[in-house]
Amino acid sequence: MTTTTLAVLVPLLPFLGAAAGLLLGRGAPGFVRPLAVLPTLAALVLAVLVASRQGGGRPVDAATELTPTGSVLIELALHIDGFAALVAVLVGCVATCVQIYSTGYLRDDPRYPSYAALVSLFTSAMFLVVYSGDLMVLLVGWEIMGICSYFLVGHYWETPEARAASLKAFLVTKLGDVPFLIGLLALATEAGSFRITTILGAVANGSLDHPTLIALLLLAGVAGKSAQFPLHTWLPDAMAGPTPVSALIHAATMVAAGVYFVARLLPLFEASRAAMVVLAAMAAVTMVGSALAALAQDDIKRVLAYSTIGQLGYMTGALAAGDRGAAVFHLLTHGAFKALLFLAAGVIIHAAGTNSLAAMSRMRGLRDRVPDAYWTMSVALLALAAVPPFSGFFSKESVLGVAEHVATGHTEHAPGAAGWTVLLAGLITALLTAAYATRLWLLAFRGQGAEAPDHGRQPVVMNAVLWVLAVPSLALGGLAFRLLPDWFDGRDLTPTLTTSVLGTGVALTGGIVTYAAWRHTTALAARTPLGAVAAHPEGDAALVEAEAIATHRPAYGNVASAPDPADPGRLLLGPLHRHAAVGFHLDAVYEALFVRPVQAGASLVRFLDREVVDTYVRGAAALPRWLGAAVRRAQTGNVQTYVSALLAGTVVLAVAAVLVATGA
Amino acid sequence: MTLAATVRHLSAGPATTAAGTHGFLSPTGVEIAFLLVGLVTLGAAVLTVTTRQLVHAALWLVVALGGLAVEYLLLTAEFIAWVQVLIYVGAVVVLILFGLMLTRAPIGRSPDADSGNRWAALTVAVASAAALVWVVVDAFRATWIDLDGPAAGSTAVTGASLFQHWVLPFEALSVLLLAALVGAIVLSRKAGSRPARDAPPTNAPPTNAPSTDAAPARQPSARNAPAPNAPAPDAPGKDGDR
Amino acid sequence: MHLAYPAVLSALLFCTGLYGVLARRNAILVLMSVELMLNAVNLNLVAFDVWLSRAAEETLHSGQALTLFTIAIAAAEIGIGLAIVLAVHRNRGTADIDRLRDTAEGHGPDGTDNDTAATGTAAEKAEATA
Repeated sequence: MTTTTLAVLVPLLPFLGAAAGLLLGRGAPGFVRPLAVLPTLAALVLAVLVASRQGGGRPVDAATELTPTGSVLIELALHIDGFAALVAVLVGCVATCVQIYSTGYLRDDPRYPSYAALVSLFTSAMFLVVYSGDLMVLLVGWEIMGICSYFLVGHYWETPEARAASLKAFLVTKLGDVPFLIGLLALATEAGSFRITTILGAVANGSLDHPTLIALLLLAGVAGKSAQFPLHTWLPDAMAGPTPVSALIHAATMVAAGVYFVARLLPLFEASRAAMVVLAAMAAVTMVGSALAALAQDDIKRVLAYSTIGQLGYMTGALAAGDRGAAVFHLLTHGAFKALLFLAAGVIIHAAGTNSLAAMSRMRGLRDRVPDAYWTMSVALLALAAVPPFSGFFSKESVLGVAEHVATGHTEHAPGAAGWTVLLAGLITALLTAAYATRLWLLAFRGQGAEAPDHGRQPVVMNAVLWVLAVPSLALGGLAFRLLPDWFDGRDLTPTLTTSVLGTGVALTGGIVTYAAWRHTTALAARTPLGAVAAHPEGDAALVEAEAIATHRPAYGNVASAPDPADPGRLLLGPLHRHAAVGFHLDAVYEALFVRPVQAGASLVRFLDREVVDTYVRGAAALPRWLGAAVRRAQTGNVQTYVSALLAGTVVLAVAAVLVATGA
Repeated sequence: MTLAATVRHLSAGPATTAAGTHGFLSPTGVEIAFLLVGLVTLGAAVLTVTTRQLVHAALWLVVALGGLAVEYLLLTAEFIAWVQVLIYVGAVVVLILFGLMLTRAPIGRSPDADSGNRWAALTVAVASAAALVWVVVDAFRATWIDLDGPAAGSTAVTGASLFQHWVLPFEALSVLLLAALVGAIVLSRKAGSRPARDAPPTNAPPTNAPSTDAAPARQPSARNAPAPNAPAPDAPGKDGDR
Repeated sequence: MHLAYPAVLSALLFCTGLYGVLARRNAILVLMSVELMLNAVNLNLVAFDVWLSRAAEETLHSGQALTLFTIAIAAAEIGIGLAIVLAVHRNRGTADIDRLRDTAEGHGPDGTDNDTAATGTAAEKAEATA
């Protein structure tokens, strides 16, 4: 088979798996698990094959036109370069891990068939986005991901949190998608094609008239999908979905799509300095804000969600600095360790019966209950905190390195201001990332108090997946930073000494300071009893998680934070903690700016409709009704009355006719 | 008045010349006779529709129809006059009298012979009378019928025209009468209780709706239905003979 | 003779019959009034036929022929009509027109009869029109 055929099969297999799963899920429950895992696994194998054949050499381009579509051609096009090949491998790897993990995690879930089919569809859509060489086809995958995320985040639709979160995820990403679509159409109109190669050629020729406008419009969609400020608010709430879905969305598919899109069209964004500055500012605000918020969260998955936003900020920062190699490098390592973090968090939530860090910090010996999750999560947290031998270190250093490179003015692609912004924000975020990673680890595994409940061993498939993902989290960065430049633009990704020292220094500082704060506050923990665990600890992990999410607000008064004085984050953040816990009131601002006016407008329209428009309608109906009542009264059933009226009318008509005929 | 003018135009020359010679103030003998009989006829007709005794109404109808027969004679339509006497006075009125009795019409004054619709009916009738009389008088006040010479409606003349020019309608009419005959029999049979009386229920008329049969069957003793339905099929038979 | 005499008499007779149709309560009296109206028409036909046969040498005698047809049809009509009235009377116990009000809006008070009688009358009507 040619590389093209293989590449076509990669998105096709999970799609067929999804279709078969949806069709057969109810009738043949025995096929559901193979149908979920095998197509994704096959897609992974094929993606690895495609990557090995492409090998970072010349991009594979193939296109076929299905049907004429008017002025601007839409083609089913493939464009596989090193970025696409490697990101597809990551997507396949994470999706396979998630599917395998889900078989254990949603063991007893009655909606598992549709869930698995939607995850397959999600994976297929992401493959489509990654391989597509045509922006319209890319948009198809982009939107399928949007609708799949709506369904998957709302998997526990019995809980109001999940319903609200799924709606929010859908609406916020769609809010970005509208300008995105307009931007795509404007871009295609100016470039004369939806093909990425053609567009990049047009950008290189400088034949685009409004690069800034187009870039900003596209950035809105990217911000929505990749959860960048100010459209990031859907992502923490999306934690109401099952943990494997969070892993899939956060590590490899949906949020990565935005970054990957910018990476593909980076020359277009570089054509507009304004867009690059906006990108840099967006990245900086996202990074720092989300890291602060992550430090204040109580829900373990919300911590990871804010951390995802922050790491995506690193990637957009790298893009703002004009280096897509660094951005995609970080995307790959982040995909690996963030998937691991989420999956391990799922195990921990199951074991602890709660998703609250405050409750976990009052359990002794949780790490002995879940040794696999403990070790793998430690690895992943070290990678997240960018401690040297772990993968996160190399990718983050490449980002910081390229930012420093830009800041010192060694490049013409990106403005120096963007470089400085990204560099400073990146260093601050490195500090904060280390701090919240340390806090998470300390609260989850170093709890003191009652013995953690024993629910027996976790399913083997779940633990096995954790170890599989621990390998790239540990070693991908160190092994790959020398090889990747061959696949990417060829720019060096080796860490520079300055940023390495700086980054590692701030990371260690953050960790040590958090440890000190924890030592200081941990004594308080015994004094304030807190915690609520799931009512059905013997149920499967998904049930425990759903119950934990549903009980967080009644138990702690807030879906995001808990009134825990023993939390080191509270001490570190001081007065900021209150604001950080609620995401710096951005939701409240949106509520005041958009939701309330819309609701007021809706009630006004409702009033106008009910009271004004309907009055006319009712009035229009009343007259015929009265007339009808009068006519009905005449319907007496007495034939003589009818004939009398008939003849009287006849006489009148005859007389009138005679009078008219005679001209009187 | 174009309507009257049109009619007048239709009547062409002879009428206009005749109209000049004859006035309303110098009536001929035939006219006086016609007027007197007409008054009687009209009076009888008015009594027919106003009397409170139902049988008297039928009798007054005889007077009115008979008066009309005389008017036909005065108009020299002899054959029509005798047919009128035979059918109307002879058959129809008898039929009506039978109908009255079969419906158990009260003998003597019945206070509710008129419905509540009387004043509306009077209004409509007077209005249409006024309109008709006005139009007719306006149109034909000068038209003269020449009654001299051979009778216009003698049996010979009528028979000749009927069987020369009107044979086909005449035959069609016989079909209509046959249909009426069959219809009247069907109506009377089904309404009657004959199936219950001399035929087993399996022999009941098949085409009849069950509801019509069920209605009398459910209330058999409330009405004394059976006896008087014998003449009903008989009556159309008489008409059919015509 | 002036044509106006028979014409006016016929108009007045017609209107008398009209009044009877509209004002009488008993169905047989209504039928009698219908006969009056038919006779008024017959008189008109005869008078005009006599006039036209002289004035316009119209030799078809269509007026008189039509009169004969009318008389025959009227006889048939009264036969059928009486049969219907008798059937109604047998089913409903009354031949009063203003009590046969099944077509009234909302099915107003219809004397002593119940639904059975109503369906019976409906069937009668259906047959009468057939």
